[in-house]
Amino acid sequence: MTRYDAVIIGGGPAGLSAALKLREKGFNPLVIESGDRIGGIPFQCIHPGFGLHYLGEDLTGTEFIQRIIDKVEDQGIEYRIRSHVVKIIYSKNRYPYKMIEAISPHGFLEVEAPIIIYTAGARERTLFEIGVTGRRLSGVFTAGEAQAYMDVYGILPGSRIVIIGSGDVGLIMARRFALEGAKVEAVIEMMPWPGGLTRNIVQCLMDYDIPLLLGRMAIRLEGKRRVEGVITIRVDEDLKPIPGSEEYIECDTVVVSAGLIPNVRLLEEMGLAMDPSTRGPIVDDYLESITHHGIFIAGNSLVVNDLVDYVVEQGESAAESASILLSEGVKPRSYVRIARGRNIRFAIPQYISCERDVVLYMRVQKPEYDVRICFEEISKEFRYPVVRPGEMIRLILRKDDLTFLKGLDRLSVEVRRI
Amino acid sequence: MRLLIVGSGIIGASIARIASMYKDLDVYLVDREADVGWGASKANTGIIHPGHEEDPNLYPLRARLCVEGNRLWRNWARELDIPIRFPGELMLVFEGFEGEAKRYVDLARINGVPGVRLLYRDEAERIEPYISGEAIAAVWAPTAGVISPIDAVIALVENAVSNNVKLLTETEVRRVIVSDGRVKGVETNRGFIEADIVVNAAGIYADEVAGTVGLDYKLKPRRGEYILFDSFVDVKPKHIIHSVPTPMSKGVYVVETIERNLLIGPTAEDLPNDSKNDTSTSIEGLSKILNEASRLLKKLPPRDRIIKFFAGIRPEPPNGDWIIEAYTDPWGFIDVAGIRSPGLTAAPAIAIHVFNLLRDKYDLKLEPKDSWNPYRRGIARIKDKPKRIIKKFIEKDPRYGSIICWCNMVSEAEILEAIDRMKYIGLKTITLDGVKFRSKAMYGFCQGSFCRCRIAYLISRIEGIPLWSVKMNSDKSILGVGDVKSILRGEPHD
Repeated sequence: MTRYDAVIIGGGPAGLSAALKLREKGFNPLVIESGDRIGGIPFQCIHPGFGLHYLGEDLTGTEFIQRIIDKVEDQGIEYRIRSHVVKIIYSKNRYPYKMIEAISPHGFLEVEAPIIIYTAGARERTLFEIGVTGRRLSGVFTAGEAQAYMDVYGILPGSRIVIIGSGDVGLIMARRFALEGAKVEAVIEMMPWPGGLTRNIVQCLMDYDIPLLLGRMAIRLEGKRRVEGVITIRVDEDLKPIPGSEEYIECDTVVVSAGLIPNVRLLEEMGLAMDPSTRGPIVDDYLESITHHGIFIAGNSLVVNDLVDYVVEQGESAAESASILLSEGVKPRSYVRIARGRNIRFAIPQYISCERDVVLYMRVQKPEYDVRICFEEISKEFRYPVVRPGEMIRLILRKDDLTFLKGLDRLSVEVRRI
Repeated sequence: MRLLIVGSGIIGASIARIASMYKDLDVYLVDREADVGWGASKANTGIIHPGHEEDPNLYPLRARLCVEGNRLWRNWARELDIPIRFPGELMLVFEGFEGEAKRYVDLARINGVPGVRLLYRDEAERIEPYISGEAIAAVWAPTAGVISPIDAVIALVENAVSNNVKLLTETEVRRVIVSDGRVKGVETNRGFIEADIVVNAAGIYADEVAGTVGLDYKLKPRRGEYILFDSFVDVKPKHIIHSVPTPMSKGVYVVETIERNLLIGPTAEDLPNDSKNDTSTSIEGLSKILNEASRLLKKLPPRDRIIKFFAGIRPEPPNGDWIIEAYTDPWGFIDVAGIRSPGLTAAPAIAIHVFNLLRDKYDLKLEPKDSWNPYRRGIARIKDKPKRIIKKFIEKDPRYGSIICWCNMVSEAEILEAIDRMKYIGLKTITLDGVKFRSKAMYGFCQGSFCRCRIAYLISRIEGIPLWSVKMNSDKSILGVGDVKSILRGEPHD
């Protein structure tokens, strides 16, 4: 049994930046990656917009991740590719070691570590998860899958495209299809506002005259063997379909871009406490599971991010916490729960220790203009000209402010209009 | 003598297995699709029924063959290495249906179904804690089983082929040729195939095949929709659950499938005659299933654990009775049509029954082969295997260590073996669906969005075709439309 200081599950941007941070602190991590190479999803992202915050440069995903991979290689960080973790054996009796079992072409991998940093990314919601009915047809792809076809394998999934959902990957793919000469008939979004970043609405749709149909839901695919069209319907304010407002859009390809779900099956099987609002684990401000000691979660496995910069930040933050645990040992913590109020869809972390500054990641439920995000118990507020569900809010609460929480068990957060 | 079976569903494949036992029979199994079992057989509830729901006064053959089939499957599944379980079934009794429930216990006695008895609520709940609070009692039938029907078809065909049955896929029978009152063969899209005996097991299309020899009946396409949940849900009934059929509901089942997913369904919707392949799902159908299932269970699994929905078409015969007949005019034409539920259960017994008919009606002397092989092994899977076994597999072939389907843990070695087996039975096209049914890759919660391209890549390499031209299930369901620059080069796309 080989022992490491930490085992990192998933060699994407979160995992690799966690590994680099651990190495910087003098620890010896192992990265386990199930794909054919380290780097994760940015590898297939040939569009720009990566690294603006983290590196102060505008890079493509491929360039961005290569910078990180180069550092990982420079530092001689150990990693295993094509290794699929099948089990994490977490025994409270055998603290602090956790056993990780993985399958690879080189054999069955068994390693032990006191720390696991789980950075296995997310998966895409499927057509079924958004309730689109009809036959089983070819020509249906998730946005990330279509991206892999085009930009890893070099094939064109279709020539007349309808994109269901206005998540960022779908917007990026709308432009990608347009650039290759395919006709993007429409991007359909059920909500009255777009799901992706404003910059993507402008640069990927408006610049290419691709119609964005808001408040419209795809309900049914038509076709015999391959998609021939999509039936859409208008929805009212409560998202209920309005009978008689059906419209048919002809196409040969449907791309589903209805958001991501943290890829946390292994953690669910282990019984980690999960947050239904993020579908990821419940963590404290060390990004450590509140139920499973020594298991840290970062990147899209923790919460679906819209910028790789946040993913990297979480990877580094989890690694930093892990290195504190490795050098100082376990210290008992008391927690304050973040209580979500008006127009807050989720907040990460869900619990804070008030021992240090906290980076808070949040999303709102609906767009609002000229608002304050208020933290009642510590009388703190942050002004925003606009908040949108498609754009994650990141703000920092200072340790000094958090001392006001002494004796309380919750910190309320809500969006208020000015 | 040549015997040609039209349709490689569970019925055609079972008949092929029995036919392959005999000397001097040259057996052809013909299907219009690219692979076997792609009609009603691939999309149904997958239950091996005990036989206590069949009224022998109304349908004596159905009652007898269902009970026999339930027994036969145990042996067939062992010989053919088909995963099967017999968890038993609870037919829930709601207030006002007590009399109906007693009738099924009586039918069990008449049909010779072992172990069927009426349970009071508390006893039923002890057996199955997930049953709904509304149920006042349950009819317990311990011999009810679960099988993966498409696995069964594939196993039967592999076994039949190993016993010299010839499979012809993508071969559509257009007409049965008769001359001098005898069957001469069939006309297909690939030309004429001579045959002395034609067995019509064409599923929902059997009425059309029969029509070409002048038989006049119509099969009604009846659609059943299903919802499949992820295997990781907090509602995991271990037994099959349904309810006493009521005038309102023909009965939704709750079943844990062989792959350990929770399956609920079906609906029953009669379609117009020209909608024989309309396997589309509908919002109405899905909410109906959820409604009915919520009457069977204490609680439903959360909606966000639905991994897919699908529909199948069952052939509903006129008057509800199976059409199993060996005709003397024309001599050599055998109908095995309108095989509605419990057709899957009865399939082995139907196949044997067909051969009894054939012997009686045509006075055939059939001699068993000296060397008939009753066995077939399934694809060895590494999922859920203990560590030491997986280690051995990887030592033997490192490709067992290369996991392609992450959700369902399927390795490259298993996918390659699936492709090999498709070639072995003589499929003309290696489709993604064929690989899916055999390897169980793309079955998980991501529905192939991570692994479909890697599997398509393996197929394209083996077949020597461009990646974009890999087929999902037919010529009309191709993965892509060209390489990424094909439109810009001005290549036409339809």
